[in-house]
Amino acid sequence: MCSLCGILGGRGHWADSATSPEAFARREERHTWQRERQTRTRLINRVLAHYGLKLQDWSGNAYVLRGRTGQTAIVNNLSEIWAEAERLSHKECDPLDDGLLRELGAR
Amino acid sequence: MSAYAGLIPLNIVTGFLGSGKTTLLQRLLRSPRLQRTAVLVNEFGEVGLDHRLLQSVTESTLLLDNGCICCAIRGDLQEALRGLLSQRTRGEVPDFDRIVVETSGLADPVPIAYTVMAEPVLQHHLRLGAIVTTVDAVNGVAQLRDYPEAVKQVAVADRLIVTKTDLAGPADVDALHAGLRRLNRSAPILDATTESEAADSLLTDDIYDAEGKAREIAHWRDGAGHDGDALVHEHADDVHSFALTFDAPMDWTAFGIWLSMLLNRHGEHVLRVKGLLSVDGLSTPVLINGVQHIVHPPSHLEAWPDGDHRSRLIFIVRGLEQERIEASLAAFNALANAAAPPERMRL
Repeated sequence: MCSLCGILGGRGHWADSATSPEAFARREERHTWQRERQTRTRLINRVLAHYGLKLQDWSGNAYVLRGRTGQTAIVNNLSEIWAEAERLSHKECDPLDDGLLRELGAR
Repeated sequence: MSAYAGLIPLNIVTGFLGSGKTTLLQRLLRSPRLQRTAVLVNEFGEVGLDHRLLQSVTESTLLLDNGCICCAIRGDLQEALRGLLSQRTRGEVPDFDRIVVETSGLADPVPIAYTVMAEPVLQHHLRLGAIVTTVDAVNGVAQLRDYPEAVKQVAVADRLIVTKTDLAGPADVDALHAGLRRLNRSAPILDATTESEAADSLLTDDIYDAEGKAREIAHWRDGAGHDGDALVHEHADDVHSFALTFDAPMDWTAFGIWLSMLLNRHGEHVLRVKGLLSVDGLSTPVLINGVQHIVHPPSHLEAWPDGDHRSRLIFIVRGLEQERIEASLAAFNALANAAAPPERMRL
């Protein structure tokens, strides 16, 4: 458990390369955990813009998801982001949605 | 060996009513390599299991808030497994290095997998091993036609064991094989009546087992096709399997975003996803393995198994279109390769 925020630690999210060091140890370029979170936040924000939401990294521990009207949710990992994004936006966040894919392709 | 690979593997042996689960298990447990295996059975059937560490559980499922049946903790199993681990620690049961859960004939195996992977205590002690599904050669075709439970058991399997082939005609066996292959491209189909010295590898091989990893990946490669016959699109009821090949390396971050988003919205209908990923910046393949909402921590191979270094993913889905999944993953991957937008200056 994190003593600062009280979040119970699990096994770690499968998409965090830090949780599977043996699978990613041989990366050719220097890769840091912070850089991965920055890149993830940047890419997710390009998707979340379709739903009027924005994500910020919260001290490398969690993420803060914000709606246009000021609604806020704290999420611990990637999987939680999508469930909260649907709740805040009142929309289905569907990666197979044509509208989303068109918007991603147009940028 | 990674910390995850060092956890106690738990295998699920499933299969429709009367398909020969216990008979198979009886045979497997005679193997010297499986002597330190604890067995949990849902019901004591007509075929008795004589094993030194055998316990029975009664099915009870706790549905979680999101109401998805695959994301359900099996309360009975949670209690039984926690109890078993405690007894082991206290030396009250013989030590074991593997657990096998034999399901009832109508059970959905995925809540068992979810219990192992997501239960707060168990996830630190156990990992999910291969799911073995028995299918009766005499009645299998009819069961797959009439019972969604049987389809699910086949779709999520890592191995398909066809039983009672000595009682069925060759045409019935061929028809069953064809049906199984349509539902699940990645699991090897084996004949239970063929004795094999390596029968224990049905349970022990997986992508976290140093010895069995290469054999496991060979099955995946067979399922994905060797040279691009990846776009076969076949239906059996609403469940079908297909393989996708991507020429461009995957950005790992984009892939994680895409798959987590896909599983959040469609996880109930993504029965399996597994395959080899060519990841940007890595010269060796990353192995992906998921069951509905559950994704195993990625593993890796020391080298590509052949000269084809493209990403190959096998999907087993219910009602989702192959073309949409392919286009969507390609779009997310392209997003990562696009230049980062300039940050706006704040005044």
